[in-house]
Amino acid sequence: MIRELHAKLLSGETTAVELAERYLATIREKDGSIGAYLTLTEKEALAQARAVDAKIAAGEKVGLLAGVPCAIKDNMCMEGVRATAGSKILDNYIAPYDATVVKRLKEEGAVILGKTNMDEFAMGSSTESSAYKLTKNPLDDERVPGGSSGGSAAAVAAGEAVWSLGSDTGGSIRQPASLCGVVGLKPTYGRVSRSGLIAMASSLDQIGPFASSVEDAAIILSAIAGEDKMDATSAQSADKRYEDYLSGDIRDLKIGIPREYLEGLNAEIRAVFDESVRKLTQLGARIEEISLPHSSYALATYYIIMTSEVSSNLARFDGIKYGLRSDDKRDTSKVEDGLPKNLLEVYLDTRRYGLGSEVKRRVMLGTYALSSGYYDAYYLKAQKVRALLRRDFEKAFAQVDMIYSPTCPETAFKFGEKSVDPLTMYLSDIYTVTANLAGIPAISLPIGRVEGLPVGGQLMAKWFDEEGLVNTAYALEKSLAS
Amino acid sequence: MLTKEEVVHIANLARIGINEEEAEKYRQEISAVLDYFSKLNEVETEGVEPIGHITGMENVLREDRNEDFGSLGREAILANVPEVKDGYVKVKSVL
Repeated sequence: MIRELHAKLLSGETTAVELAERYLATIREKDGSIGAYLTLTEKEALAQARAVDAKIAAGEKVGLLAGVPCAIKDNMCMEGVRATAGSKILDNYIAPYDATVVKRLKEEGAVILGKTNMDEFAMGSSTESSAYKLTKNPLDDERVPGGSSGGSAAAVAAGEAVWSLGSDTGGSIRQPASLCGVVGLKPTYGRVSRSGLIAMASSLDQIGPFASSVEDAAIILSAIAGEDKMDATSAQSADKRYEDYLSGDIRDLKIGIPREYLEGLNAEIRAVFDESVRKLTQLGARIEEISLPHSSYALATYYIIMTSEVSSNLARFDGIKYGLRSDDKRDTSKVEDGLPKNLLEVYLDTRRYGLGSEVKRRVMLGTYALSSGYYDAYYLKAQKVRALLRRDFEKAFAQVDMIYSPTCPETAFKFGEKSVDPLTMYLSDIYTVTANLAGIPAISLPIGRVEGLPVGGQLMAKWFDEEGLVNTAYALEKSLAS
Repeated sequence: MLTKEEVVHIANLARIGINEEEAEKYRQEISAVLDYFSKLNEVETEGVEPIGHITGMENVLREDRNEDFGSLGREAILANVPEVKDGYVKVKSVL
């Protein structure tokens, strides 16, 4: 879709301003019921679109993303624009700088329409923990869009943006992509700079694209990937144009299917999955059963590491430097339960009223796991099991080039269905957390439907093999469409 | 199962104010997840090196040099501060 729009912009069939206005009109028409956006950046979008149109009119060369309307998750900073991360504690926070990804998109001429809804601080799998509103799945308004990047997934699925950015800590791009029937890509840890991304779990977080095709996802990845001195964990730039690797040829590629992921899988999802495996075989790939023996420990490992890092990262929301404060001098309507007098009371009250219950639960779990006397039993143990999980993948990738599984054990579920019991919600991430723990790249693409609801297939590749990953996904996507 | 006192202690460490009723709610929820965590005790990890950085990156260094940004971003940053005095972030009294 991006290439088509690019061609239309160059030929003069449309203009960036026209495109931006058309998408803004769709948002005005639909977003009242879908709820994908938290903040619209109409003024900035139109200014950017005019600048792109002027460049094209002047005969200057513009990149593929120039003039194409997109959306970004509300945990990424954009200078002068509110960034809430779905939390009340950042309700009045205006980002003083651009995240590296936003800076790169601006330089590319991308037209950012707004900031999308998300689970509070990206903690959730349904976007129901947003402090602001629910986002509905554009395919069925009684169902969740998945999460935590539910707004970004819904915006693309509803045609309220051509593409969007999300962040993925345990599946927060791939799971909503699966539930909304779009493509979602989580790059290798370090491939994309995290500078300006409001941190959740720093050893797991990674930014990536949502798009309506694998090619679009590849184009976006090329624009946002690369080393950044503002993020010491970012990997050396490869300067690859991932869209140049889409040959669609996967003959003799070895694809492993982890037997542990298929145990107890819902029969209807299994049938859709098996059909897609047949397509891969027809394309000439060699399918092998593989084992990832520590898979059943992945979710517990993930939750220990993630909550520990969360408790540390969220310590910065203290009511002193920015964000909500329980006795904020700027806004007397925010004063609750009498005025706190000393520093400790400001901390306790600010975090009590500013943070939602899922966030508090995770901060407390992580605080416990890192507290004196428990560190070895929880965090250290989990980092050791994580090493074993990585070893599972190293062994698997000595045998196969790519790993393939369903993205989620289910299709989109109904509002409230899982929000009662935190552990049930956590199980939504069961196939996705391993890629974050191992740091490898993974992509979810739509592979079929069960009772009208989309099912996602997940491909996982070796560290930094995004080109192989997108090409395999591209081949499968084409074969499913034919 | 955690005790209510333990939950109150954790909440204090995390600087999250909670009342009696919330303490009981979190006691049950957090205990259930901790039970789930104990699954890892089944895994033999003797002699396993814990993960430091997942892609094996080590010691990223930069020059130890002060960069003077002048007043760049100063106004935007201070506009986010709940209480400012004479251009400084005002902190509540500690005592």
